[in-house]
Parts: sequence; C-alpha cells; structure tokens
Amino acid sequence: MSYGQKVDIIDIDYSWGLANYVRAIDGVYLVTLFKSVVISIITTALCLLIAIPVAFYISFSSTKIKSILLVSILLPLWTNLLIRTYSLIAILRTKGHVNNTLESLWESANHVLNFFRLASYNFIGESFIPLSLMHNNFSVILGLCYIYVPFVIIPIYLVLEKIDRNMLEAAYDLGANHKIVFFKIIIPNISVGITSGIILVFIPCLGSFIIPELLGGADSQMIGNIIERQFKSANDWPFGSALSFILIYITIIILGVRYVYSKLYSRLYPGNIS
Amino acid sequence: MSARMRHFTPINYTKNSALKLITLVFLIILYLPIINLIVFSFNDSKRNIVWRGFTSKYYEKLFENEMLFVAFSNSITIAIISTIISTFLGLTTAIALWKFNFYLKKYYDIALLFPIIIPEICMGISMLVFFSYISWPNFQLWPLSLSSIIIAHVSFIFPFVAIIIRARLSMLNSEILEAGQDLGANRYQVVRKIIVPFVNPALVASFLLAFTLSLDDFVVTFFTSGPNSVTLPVKIYSMVRFGVSPEINAISTLLILIIIICTYFAIKFLSKSNRELMK
Repeated sequence: MSYGQKVDIIDIDYSWGLANYVRAIDGVYLVTLFKSVVISIITTALCLLIAIPVAFYISFSSTKIKSILLVSILLPLWTNLLIRTYSLIAILRTKGHVNNTLESLWESANHVLNFFRLASYNFIGESFIPLSLMHNNFSVILGLCYIYVPFVIIPIYLVLEKIDRNMLEAAYDLGANHKIVFFKIIIPNISVGITSGIILVFIPCLGSFIIPELLGGADSQMIGNIIERQFKSANDWPFGSALSFILIYITIIILGVRYVYSKLYSRLYPGNIS
Repeated sequence: MSARMRHFTPINYTKNSALKLITLVFLIILYLPIINLIVFSFNDSKRNIVWRGFTSKYYEKLFENEMLFVAFSNSITIAIISTIISTFLGLTTAIALWKFNFYLKKYYDIALLFPIIIPEICMGISMLVFFSYISWPNFQLWPLSLSSIIIAHVSFIFPFVAIIIRARLSMLNSEILEAGQDLGANRYQVVRKIIVPFVNPALVASFLLAFTLSLDDFVVTFFTSGPNSVTLPVKIYSMVRFGVSPEINAISTLLILIIIICTYFAIKFLSKSNRELMK
C-alpha cells in the first residue's frame, strides 16, 4: 500500500510509485525522523548508563535479594505502558509532585532567608517558578527511559551472570584495578547483552507514539505520532504506510548490523560465544 | 593491607556504596509513580493534587459507569478468546518446529519472530490496512464486532506462546514419542498423552502470559478497534487525554491488580517448569 496513491477519501490507487517515499524523505518529515532517531539514541544511552550499574548490583547480590530485585524490575514491565505513562503525568505536571516538593523547599528556604533578613536580596528568585517538566523533549526522553530501562537491565544481567568470577579475581590478583577490570574484562564480556539491550530499547523507542503523544508537546513529535495521524485524522493511508515501512527498514538494518557484528565477534573470539 | 585484601576472597561489588545508591534510587523512581497512582486512587479530591482523605467512591463510580463496564467486558472477552486460540496455535507451531523439518524452516523461524521485533505501531497499522484491504465486515453484533481485534491479538501473541513451549519441548526426548507409537498409540494419542502432559507447566504459563499480553495491549488494539469495540486500554487512553482524574487512577489500579495476579501465577508455573527440567 505504501507504493500506492491516495485518489479519493476512501479509494486508494495501487500504482507502484515511489512518490510517498520521496515525500517521506523531504522537509519536515525527514526532520522528524532525524529527531526521533536522536531522541532514541539519547534514551538508549541513558538507559545503558542506568542499567549497567543496576544489573551489576543485581548480579553480585545474594540469591535471595537477587530474586526479589529481579521480580521488582520485571513487575513494572507487565503493567500497562499507558498506565505507567499516565502515572508519570501525575508526577511531572505543573502542579504535580515534583513541582510541589520544589515549591515547599523554596518556601522553607525563603523562611530561612527571612530569618537572616536576606530575603530582600532575592537570592533564590522573587517567587517560585514551577519547572516546566511536561510537554517538552525532556519529558519525552524521561518517559522513554522510565518505560524502557528494564528492557536493558535484563539482557545485561543475563550475560553478567555468565562471567566467570574467577576471571575477575585472577585479574585483581595480577594487579588490575577496578577501571582496568571493568573496561578490559567486563565490557567485552557483556557486549552481547549490551547490544541486545540497545536493540530492545532503540526499536520500540523509534516507533513509540503514546509517550510523545501524552508527555510531549508540539515540538516533540516523533515519527510514531506522524504515522498515527496519517491513519487516524489525516486519513492518508499510503503515506502512513510508507513512513511505517521506513521504520521497518530501519529495524531490519539494525538487526542486520547486529547479525554481522555477532558473526565478526564470534570469529574474533572463537571461544566466547554467549 | 586491608584495602588490598578486600579484592581477594569472593568478589563482592554489592559493598560498593555508589552501586547501592544507584540501584536504590532507580527502584524508588521506578515505583514512585505507580505507588502514587494507586494511593491517589483513594484520594477524596477531584483535582487529585493533595491528599484529602480516604475514599473508595471512585471505585463505586467505576461500577456505575456503563461505558467502562462495556470496555472492560470487551477486554476480558477478547483476552479469553485470543488466549485460547493463540495457545492452541502456539502449541501446534512449537510441535511442528520441534518435530519436523520442512522446506524453508529456517525462514519460518525468523518470520515467527517478526511480530515481536518490529515496532508495535507497524504491527497495528499493518493489521488496520489488512482488514480494510480484505474489507473485513464491520459486524454490529457483539462478539463478532471484536473479531478483528481478536485476530490481530492472536497474530502477535502466538509467537510468544510458541517460543515458550518450544523451549520446554526441546528438553523432551523424541524417542519417547517413537516408543509410544511402537506401543500402538496413534498420532492424536501421542500428542494428548505425551506431549501435552510434558509441556503442561509451560502451557499454563504461556496461557497466562498471553492473557496479560492481550489485556494489556494498547497500540495494536488502538488501530484495529472500531467505535463499537472499545477495550479498556483504549478507553483509558481517551480518558487520559482529558487530563488527570481519580477515576483513571482507580481503573488503572484495578487493571494493574489483575495483571499482577496473572503474572504471579505465570512466573510460578514457569519456574515450576524450569525446576522440573533441572531434575
């Protein structure tokens, strides 16, 4: 259908033209696509930064604590995406909990300053200005991270479990410090988990539309929103199909790169297939 | 001396306070919004910003709300029917992939993973386009009006079921099947008396998993549902767009509860299945 043309409100002419793809890669749509990719990359990077220490902690804790931690990370995965996004709104909105907390902090700070008769200098501003945490790119990235971090923790945890602990001890015995052990032993060994974590986050991030729809504003539209609009309100199905096919192509390219990478990896380190 | 000694004897990074702090903060941030959502569903205030005392009136309101009830019963119906179909399909797919070698089997394997891998939105719109292309009739009658959603759900759920069951089946010694056939069992009996009892824990686990997946799904349903087939997540979505309200909190809490119960039993059966394999 993505090769067809819209000729009527409901009729679609299957003409096998590339017009929709041409339209998809020019101007505003390319900007949005690029922006979605950038947002997804930032989100993936942040997720990795959070996930590696957490996975580390889980994998080195005792069996009982480990199972509790694992279940507590898996549980939010099973709660509805929509509900979790909604629960973030309550926290982030202008009169939400973050701003309320900050406001009360500001007031107590003001009291302290009043006590020392310093309030007239306006060190901390004339009055409390609520942070705008909603309807911008920040909230979209935060929301995506919030939803997708568990997806990175799990694969990294799984490969961390497989690392032979004796190897780490041997490294320390041979005089390595934490930094060397981390970069020379742990990172190469968990790289498989990291790549699958990246894939598990990056692909759904790119296609997400609930989170930017609910948490984002006018300037934080992602490609998912545009696809949804082509099908729901703009009613231009062929163009929407073309856009979503671009998404699928990106997915396939990423998976292909991963496949090649793992082939190369197993050729470089023959004994190390995990 | 002691600083160096700490590196010897079993390595334990959990003593590292920075790691501990990150994990703790992460867990708090992960759970804070959800706990906040549940707590504030009992809040006696329309705007739901500050705590104004305990009430359960929003839950009572839910039960009076006709539209929500319809959406809820739709969701449950879809979940039950699509779970049954996808468990059956998943089981048969798993058996086929395990037992038989056929032409293009490798590619069939990859194709099975496809609905899981591609972005959900692509799955949703491809379903929408598919149903409009074959001009699937827009039934008005109740259970039939859900048929398109059920088909869509089955098509993305049954790969999950197939993968879980296949993992379990790979532990089954296929010579047992031949022994069964030697002793005079027909094919149907082999499936009923050998395969199904063996995969039973995985079957139950994937049944519950399929149920939660179907109940939880928003994106695919959003694109395939029509005006007379609204499900609970779709209804919640349309409510969320009008802002935060305690009713949404209440309905979300109920949904979370159902899903947690299902997941609990799914994990229980899955770990039972794994324990048996260890023996």
